[in-house]
Amino acid sequence: MDTTTLAELTGNISTIGYGLAAIGPGIGLGILIGKTIEGMARQPEASGQLRATMFLGVAFVEVLALLGLVTGFIFA
Amino acid sequence: MRVLNLAATALTAVDDSNADGTSQNFFQWLFSSNGFHAPSIADLNPEPLLFGGTIFEFNRITFVRVVAAVVMIGIFWLATRRAKVVPGRGQGAIEMVLDFVRVQIVELIMGEERAKKYLAFLTTLFIAVAFFNATGVIPFLNIAGTSLIGLPIIMALWVYVMYLSEGVRKLGFGHFLKSNLFPPGVPWPIYFLLTPIEFLQVFVLRPGTLALRLAANMISGHLLLVLMFAATQYFLFEATGVLKGVGVISLAAGIAFTLFEIFVALLQAYVFTILSAVYINLSLEDEH
Repeated sequence: MDTTTLAELTGNISTIGYGLAAIGPGIGLGILIGKTIEGMARQPEASGQLRATMFLGVAFVEVLALLGLVTGFIFA
Repeated sequence: MRVLNLAATALTAVDDSNADGTSQNFFQWLFSSNGFHAPSIADLNPEPLLFGGTIFEFNRITFVRVVAAVVMIGIFWLATRRAKVVPGRGQGAIEMVLDFVRVQIVELIMGEERAKKYLAFLTTLFIAVAFFNATGVIPFLNIAGTSLIGLPIIMALWVYVMYLSEGVRKLGFGHFLKSNLFPPGVPWPIYFLLTPIEFLQVFVLRPGTLALRLAANMISGHLLLVLMFAATQYFLFEATGVLKGVGVISLAAGIAFTLFEIFVALLQAYVFTILSAVYINLSLEDEH
C-alpha cells in the first residue's frame, strides 16, 4: 500500500449485493403480510382466501430476493 | 488466524492425513478437522459416481432423486394398494394430503367445475415437489433433489406446455394471444408499453421464475444448514475457551433452521402448485 491510499478493499462487491437485494423484498413482505393480517382480523371468515392470495404475493416478492442470491453466485 | 479453506473436501482431508503416515480410524477422522470449511456453490456440483463426463452423469444428487422417487412411489403403492371405503391409518394420511391439494389449492383457485380436469396433474406436481424438497433435511441424503436447476426446469416446462396448450385449445391461437397480450380496458397507446411486458411475462418470466424460485430456495437452504453445522463442528472441536460456547449457539441455530427447512420444503411445494393453478386458470380466462 502506498502512502496516498487511505483505505483498501479487496474481494468482490457482489458479496454485499445480496444484502442490498434483500432490503426491498423485506419491506415488501412486511407490508404484504401485515396487510393480510389486518384483513384477517377484520374478516376472519375470509382467512382462507386471504392466506392463499398472500402466498401468491409472497411468491412474487420472494423471487426478487432470490434473484439477488443467484446473481451473487453467477457474478462472483 | 486460520486461512479459510473453501474448496477442500472431506475426501482430500483423509488423503492428506494418510500421506503423513498417520493411520486413523473412522471416528478420529469424523471428529478431526483441518480448519473451517465454509460452504460454497461447489457443494452442488459433486463428484460423479457413474458415467462421468457424459450427459447421463450420475452423481450424489441424481442418486438422491432416485431414492426420493422410489420412496414416493412405494408409499403411494403401499397406501392405496387395497384402498377401502373406510380408510385405515395409512390411507387416511394420504387422503388428507390429497384433500388438502384439492380443497385448499385447486378448487380455491379454479372453482370446483374446472378443478376436476387439472386435479390429477396439480396433485402429482405438489407431491413430487414436496418429496424432492424433503430430501434436503433427511439425514444421510442431506441435499434436496430440486437443488440443481434441472429438475425444477423440467417441472416448470411441464407447467409451461400445459398452460399454453390448454389456453390455445380453449380459446384458439389468435384469441389466446389477444386475451393475454392485449388486456382490455386500457387506451390503445398503452399497448406499446403493456404488450412487450405481457409477452415477456407469459412466455419467459412465468416458467423462468417458477424454476428459479424452487431451485434458489433449496440451494440457499442447503448452504444455510451446511454453514451452521460446519461452524458448530469447528467451534466445538477446534476453538478454545469461550468460543466453544458459540458452538452450542450455532448448533441450536442449525437445529432451528432444519425445522425451518422442513417448513420451506412444504411451502415451496404449495407455492409451486398454487402458481401453476393460477397460470392455467389465467390462460383459460376469456377476459381478465
